[in-house]
Amino acid sequence: MKRLDHAEAASRFIASTAHEAFHDQRLWDLRQKRDREAHHIPEWEALRELASRIKEHTLSNLAGYLEAFERNATANGVKVHWARDAAEHNQIVHDILSERSAKTLVKSKSMLTEECDMRPFLEARGIEVIETDLGERIQQLDDEPPSHIVVPAVHKLRGDVSEVFARTLGTEPGNEDVHYLAESQRRTTRPYFLAAEAGMTGANFAVAETGAFVVCTNEGNADLSANLPKLHIASIGIEKLIPRTEHLGVFIRLLSRSALGSPITQYTSHFRSPREGAEMHIVLVDHGRSARLGMADFWPALKCIRCGACMNTCPVYRRSGGLSYGATYSGPIGVIIDPTFDIRKYSNLPFASTLNGSCTSVCPVKINIHEQIYKWRRVMSEKRQLPLVKKATMKAAGQVFGSPRLYRAAISATGMAIEGLPRFAIYNWFNKWGRQREVPDAPEATFRAWYLKNRGGR
Amino acid sequence: MTTSRDIILNAVRANAPAAVALPHVSSFDEGLPPAAERFRHSLELLGGQFVECPPGTDPDRRIGELFPDARVICSNVPEVSGTRPLRAVRAAAELEDVDVAVVRAAFAVAETGSIFLSEAELGLNALGYLAQHLVALLDPADILGNLHHAYRHPAFATARYAVLMSGPSATADIEGVLIRGAQGVRSLKVLPIPRRG
Amino acid sequence: MKVGLFIPCYVDAFFPEVGIATLEILEHCGLDVSYPLDQTCCGQPMGNSGCQDDAAPAEALFVKNFKEFDYIVGPSGSCVHHIRAHFDAIPQTEEVTKLRAATYELVEFLHDVVKLKAFPWAEFPHKVGLHNSCSTLRALRTASASEIDEPPFSKPMNLLRQVRGIEFVTPARPDECCGFGGTFSVFEEPVSAKMGYDKVNDHARAGAEYIVSADMSCLMHQKGCAERLGVRVKFIHIAQILNGARA
Repeated sequence: MKRLDHAEAASRFIASTAHEAFHDQRLWDLRQKRDREAHHIPEWEALRELASRIKEHTLSNLAGYLEAFERNATANGVKVHWARDAAEHNQIVHDILSERSAKTLVKSKSMLTEECDMRPFLEARGIEVIETDLGERIQQLDDEPPSHIVVPAVHKLRGDVSEVFARTLGTEPGNEDVHYLAESQRRTTRPYFLAAEAGMTGANFAVAETGAFVVCTNEGNADLSANLPKLHIASIGIEKLIPRTEHLGVFIRLLSRSALGSPITQYTSHFRSPREGAEMHIVLVDHGRSARLGMADFWPALKCIRCGACMNTCPVYRRSGGLSYGATYSGPIGVIIDPTFDIRKYSNLPFASTLNGSCTSVCPVKINIHEQIYKWRRVMSEKRQLPLVKKATMKAAGQVFGSPRLYRAAISATGMAIEGLPRFAIYNWFNKWGRQREVPDAPEATFRAWYLKNRGGR
Repeated sequence: MTTSRDIILNAVRANAPAAVALPHVSSFDEGLPPAAERFRHSLELLGGQFVECPPGTDPDRRIGELFPDARVICSNVPEVSGTRPLRAVRAAAELEDVDVAVVRAAFAVAETGSIFLSEAELGLNALGYLAQHLVALLDPADILGNLHHAYRHPAFATARYAVLMSGPSATADIEGVLIRGAQGVRSLKVLPIPRRG
Repeated sequence: MKVGLFIPCYVDAFFPEVGIATLEILEHCGLDVSYPLDQTCCGQPMGNSGCQDDAAPAEALFVKNFKEFDYIVGPSGSCVHHIRAHFDAIPQTEEVTKLRAATYELVEFLHDVVKLKAFPWAEFPHKVGLHNSCSTLRALRTASASEIDEPPFSKPMNLLRQVRGIEFVTPARPDECCGFGGTFSVFEEPVSAKMGYDKVNDHARAGAEYIVSADMSCLMHQKGCAERLGVRVKFIHIAQILNGARA
């Protein structure tokens, strides 16, 4: 698999100035709203610490909690399935649907189903899948993946949405009124909710104590997807477990405040048992999570509650757009998870970061994101996943900086001279630096030379 | 035969990080503001409307005033008769033309302006989503201070379906423009009417 | 108390005035300061690229040059952060551990160790935007970060407020990263430049005549952006202001 070139994709995003400016400002706005909520709650940092420790505790006892969850869900009349990987997940979902001759599936947002690439799998087998979240629907109709886990179409402007809807829903071409566009999606999606044989959701949290799971939305589309059709399937990553209902107090207080700067989502929905005459299925999915649990430096990434706060605060993400990461998960959390899916393809991602650490500071479950990004860089180096130019440059730099003589030769009075570093690395270096920036002037003397002259070289 | 379940659980057991103790979660309820006032503020922040109801307000009449053009009113509360009895509804899809649905919240949360509804309060779950507008009666005595209090409520262990509903349906997915009435109800009005008896 | 002066490679090569100002302040404090002549680099560029094997010689050389000092002080938050948090390409002997803990960034050192309260020789009658590098802000914690719900504090501000005539302006995004990020500035040039452009424009809009920082690397990047853009903001290291530079 070819290495993903984040910088190249980012440069194309930045070149579209109106899109980049909106994207950056919109997500920064969400970050500021998050700050306002955080600063209004005296126990904010205590809540983060609690959330982190509850998750760490759960992950360190995950088998027990999964068994308890399954036991309780089953007692509630829910059928629990286990999927080792994406392929098995898709097959299980398909089998549940086809056994009941379900031909139409309405679904709410689920990053896990994106991860498993479920939609094409079902569509190829004659099942129509309708994304009901407005942002996801836009992306589905445009045949593009979501770019942000909470606001999937944040990289689009209203003109883009207007164009997509005119092309696919038959809305008025050129009508960019946002209310008109949203109403059009409401109007055209309703019939699917009413007619679909099956509905699917993800889950933000799965409570071991009761076998219930929680889905948070602002639109209420998860509730429509789950409460109209007779069949409700929930795809749940095994890391979504929390021990008790009371712990929801901590997580629900943190989730929407971190994601959007609002105290709670419009709908926080708890599913424990199917309605009379209806069926509920849960598919518990591993797909690399149990393996990640065993990674000493990286397992804390499993604490993630998918709030997107790290994306909103990341200055790199805001200027590159989620699609530039080429993966289901983008931004800081994507950087530390994606290499586990394909180390070569995503070998650049740990370097799509300035290590500024803002992500770690906003993460409601205190994942040490920027520290993991740093550690992934070492992994990339050890596993020979660095591009040749970088590897060669670092090797040469290491030799120069390891030797006072070589260093002094390189740093001559005329500034960073060419001696000591391979030509292609210098050319690459200054060529890239100088594209949009001036190169610093060379002073008359280095500090060392000044020191020798003025302090006698003690 | 080793099932996927066995494989997953074995892997999870084998890879478990060093045990971390489960922390105790307190209620963080020192110095909480007065509940009714805080609830109203939070509800309005999230786009809901709080309808003043002086003592003796007849909710049936009040709703008629609020929705003079409503043709189909479906109520799950004894105080409001509505135009279509819920018990007559066979399939959820029949609720598609409901203009106003009326329910009573089991309790509410001041911190977030949320009302709690389960299948008991909704009658048919879909009622709270297919109707164009939702009216919720709420006894002010049923307002809890914060989410920690809410999540200790026994209803979460017994309800098949439970929602903390905070304002009407909303989205800002297109250029951050706030839309109310995205997919679910276009408005949520809360009427502070104490329970009968 | 023997203080070893650590001058990062890019300061040595491009901004010797920052090194001179740092040395002069420390001497002004009456400290016994010397500059090991064979120093090169702390290993950060190689370390940040994950190349431990390549960082080891530089780290070993750093230890050799600085092991005799009670304190090591340098005018660079990112380099000092590397030394304190990451400097582990070489065996972590007692000597190495002690040296790492004794390494300070200039502002930290003046504020916490020397506890220098006044700068009567300093005057800087200009409008100044303070840029706290991400290393000093979120790693070394010399000031409070806007993401964290904590009481506000700022060691660089505490020092700069002692300077006569100085006037502070605040950009819209005071602690957003400026986009230097070491090798990021080259390998992710498009984003790096955009971040730098946004940063200098933000300060310019706030009315800054100067942007001051404890990290010359950030300023080098911002300066390069401002000059290419034609944004008329000047750049100065905090050491220079505290040492009495007038402009």
